[in-house]
Amino acid sequence: MSVNSNLFVIIFASAIFYGTPLVFAAVGELLAERSGVINLGVEGMMLLGAVSAAMVAANVDGPAALVLPLALLAAMVAAGLGASIHAFLVITLRVNQIISGLALTIFAGAAGLSSYLANVWGLGKHPALNQFGRMDLFGLKKFPVLGPILFDQTLLTYLSWVLVVAVMVYLFRTRMGLHLRAVGESPQTADSVGISVTRYRYGHVIVGGMLAGVAGACFSLTIVPTWANGLTAGEGWIALALVIFGFWRPDLTLVGAYLFGALSSLSYTLQARGIDVPTALLDALPYVATIVVLVIVSNSRISRRLGSPAALGRPYEREER
Amino acid sequence: MANEEIMVPHASVSQGSSSPRRTARRAGFATLALLAVLGLFTAACSSSKSSDSAKPSGPTKAAWIYVGPINDGGWTQTHNDGREAAAKALGDNLVSTYKENVPEGPETAQVIDDLVKDGNTVIFGTSYGFKDAMQAAAKKYPDVKFVQATGDDITINGASSVSSNYDEYWGAGEDTLYLAGVAAGSATKNNVIGVEAPFPIPEIIRQINGFALGAQSVNPAATVKVVWTKTWFDPAAERQAAESLVASGVDVIFSHQDSPTAGEVAKANNLPWVGYDSDQSAAYPSVWLTTATYNWGPYYTAKINSIRDGKWQQQNYYGTIGDEFTTVAPFGSLVSAETKSTIQAEQAKAAATKSFGWYWGLADREDQDGKVQIKKGQTLTQKDLYTMSYFVKGIDGSPKG
Repeated sequence: MSVNSNLFVIIFASAIFYGTPLVFAAVGELLAERSGVINLGVEGMMLLGAVSAAMVAANVDGPAALVLPLALLAAMVAAGLGASIHAFLVITLRVNQIISGLALTIFAGAAGLSSYLANVWGLGKHPALNQFGRMDLFGLKKFPVLGPILFDQTLLTYLSWVLVVAVMVYLFRTRMGLHLRAVGESPQTADSVGISVTRYRYGHVIVGGMLAGVAGACFSLTIVPTWANGLTAGEGWIALALVIFGFWRPDLTLVGAYLFGALSSLSYTLQARGIDVPTALLDALPYVATIVVLVIVSNSRISRRLGSPAALGRPYEREER
Repeated sequence: MANEEIMVPHASVSQGSSSPRRTARRAGFATLALLAVLGLFTAACSSSKSSDSAKPSGPTKAAWIYVGPINDGGWTQTHNDGREAAAKALGDNLVSTYKENVPEGPETAQVIDDLVKDGNTVIFGTSYGFKDAMQAAAKKYPDVKFVQATGDDITINGASSVSSNYDEYWGAGEDTLYLAGVAAGSATKNNVIGVEAPFPIPEIIRQINGFALGAQSVNPAATVKVVWTKTWFDPAAERQAAESLVASGVDVIFSHQDSPTAGEVAKANNLPWVGYDSDQSAAYPSVWLTTATYNWGPYYTAKINSIRDGKWQQQNYYGTIGDEFTTVAPFGSLVSAETKSTIQAEQAKAAATKSFGWYWGLADREDQDGKVQIKKGQTLTQKDLYTMSYFVKGIDGSPKG
C-alpha cells in the first residue's frame, strides 16, 4: 500500500471533506455573533439551503458550471430568507434571541418546512445529476501525503478556505470589520459615533444565514448527494459550538471544524482497519467536546477573555441610552 | 429566557421605569405569537394523508407506521409501495393511512392512539423499534389488529407471550442476500468484500452470514469485512462508512442501509456495489450488482382480506423465495452471464424447497473461532435464525458491534 493509504492521511483527508459544511456554517454564525446576535437557527437554515439546492440540482437541466452556482445561489437565498425572519424578530421586535433561533430551527427543520418542501417538490428519489465532485487540483491527487489531503477536495472546500481568509481580513484589517466588532462589543458606543447598529446586525445575520445555506448545500450537492429529510443530522448545532470552540475567530473555527470532521468518521475508519475501539465512545466524542467547551465558556469572565462579544444576545434599543 | 428581563433595565437607567416592563411584555407577546404560528404550521405540515374518506360501513380502515420518509429510496418506500399495492388490489374495501418519520420511542404509542381514535382497525408497524409499543397497544385495544414487521417475539417466546390480536411478519432476506453474495463473490478480485451494516442484531447478523456464505460458495477465498454504522438511515454516516471500507482496501461494497449513499462512493471509486432492499440499477448502472428486495403488497392484501373474512390468526409469516416475497433485484451490467445463471439455478433450487435457508446445512459451518455452529445436513428453524448471534468463518468484524 502506498503512503496515501496511511491511516493518518485518510483521517486528515476526510476531516477536511466532512468539516467543510461546518466551516461555512460556523463562520456564518461567527459573523452574526460578532454583531451581537446569536442565531440558534443554523440547523434549520442549513436544511433550507440543502433542500433548495437539491431542488435546483434535480430540476434544472444544463451544464454543471451553470446549474451548481444556481443551486448555491438558491441555497443562499432560501437560508438568507430564514435568517431575515430571525433578524426581524430579534433586531426590530427585540424578541428573545434564543427563542427565536430555536423557533427557526423547528420551523425550518427536519419535521418542518424543509421536509414539507421536499415532499412538494418530490425530491430524494435520485442522486443529484450535477454534484461538486473531487477536483484533483493541479493533477496532484496522488502526491504523497499532501495529495489526498489538499488537492483532492471539492470546489466547496477551496471556497471555504477563501472565505476564512476573507473573513479574517475583514474582521481584523478593515474599517467595516472594526465597526462590526464595535457593534458586538458595545452597541451604545458604536451608535454614538454614527455606526448603524441595526444595519450591521441585519447585514451580518443575513450573510451568516446565507453561509449556513451553503453549508446545507454541501450535503445535498456533495456529501449525500441528494435530498433526505433531516440530512444535516444535527451539524448545525455543532457549528454553533464551534464558534465558541474557535473563540469567535475564523482561523481557529476552521481548525475546530476539521477536528470535528475527523472525529465524525474516525470510528468507521478504525473499524475498517480492524482496530478494536469502543465505537459508541468515539461517536460521542464530538458531543463530549462540545459540552466541555460550553461549560468552560458559560463562566462569563472566561467567556469575555476568550473573545465573546460583550453585547452577544442582548437586544439594542437606542432610546434607552 | 429570564435574562432578557434582567438585562433590559441594566441598559435603561435613564429612561424611567415603564420602558423595561413594556419591552418585556412586547417581547413576550411576540414570542407567544411566534410559537402560535409555529404550532399552526407544524400542525398543517404534519405528514399524514388519507387516501379516501371513510364510507359509513364496508371498508376496512388500516394504517401503516413508518420509521422513515416514504421517499427514502429503501425500506419505508418499499412498505409504502406494498400499502399502495394493497389499496389497489382491495379497492373500495380498504381505506389506508400512513404516518411517516415516526420516532421509535414514546411517540410511537401516541401515534398508535391517534390512529385507533381515527377508527383504524388494523395497524401495521414497519420497524422493529415499534414492537414494544405495538404489543402494549394490542393489550390496550383488543378490538384492533396489530401486525408488526420483523418482530421476533412469537418465534422466540411463543404465541402466548403476546396478545392474540397481535401478529408478526418478515421474510428470509438472508436467502436473497446469499444470492447477492454469489454476485459479490464473483465480482471481487482481491477477495475482500466490505459490508456496512446498521446494528449488530440477529436479523442483520444472519443476513451478513447469508451474504458471506453466498460469496464463499463461488469464491472460497472471499472474506467479508464489516463496519457498523449504528444507524438505519443517515446518508452522511453511510457515506463515511463506505469510504472507510474503500480506504481499507475492499474492492466490492455491500451497504445494508436504507439510503443508496454508498452507491455514490462505489461510483466514485468504480467498485461493484450491492445495495439493500431497493433496486438502484437505474441510478447507478456502472457499479450496480443486485440486492435483496421484498415484495410486501401480496402479504398486506392477503392479511387484510383474511381479517375482512373473519379469519384472523397469528400466522407469524416468514416469506420465502418460493412465495416471491423475497426477490432478487434486477442485475447490473457488471454481473456476467455465467454468474447470472448460477444465481438463477440457486434461486430455482430455493423455490423448489418451498422453505427458507436451503444452503445453511450444505457443509459444516464454523463461526469465527472455528467452532462448528451448524452441522452438515442440519436444517435451521426460524428460531435458530432469530437467535443467531455469531458470524461465520471468513467474516472480519465483531458480531457484538
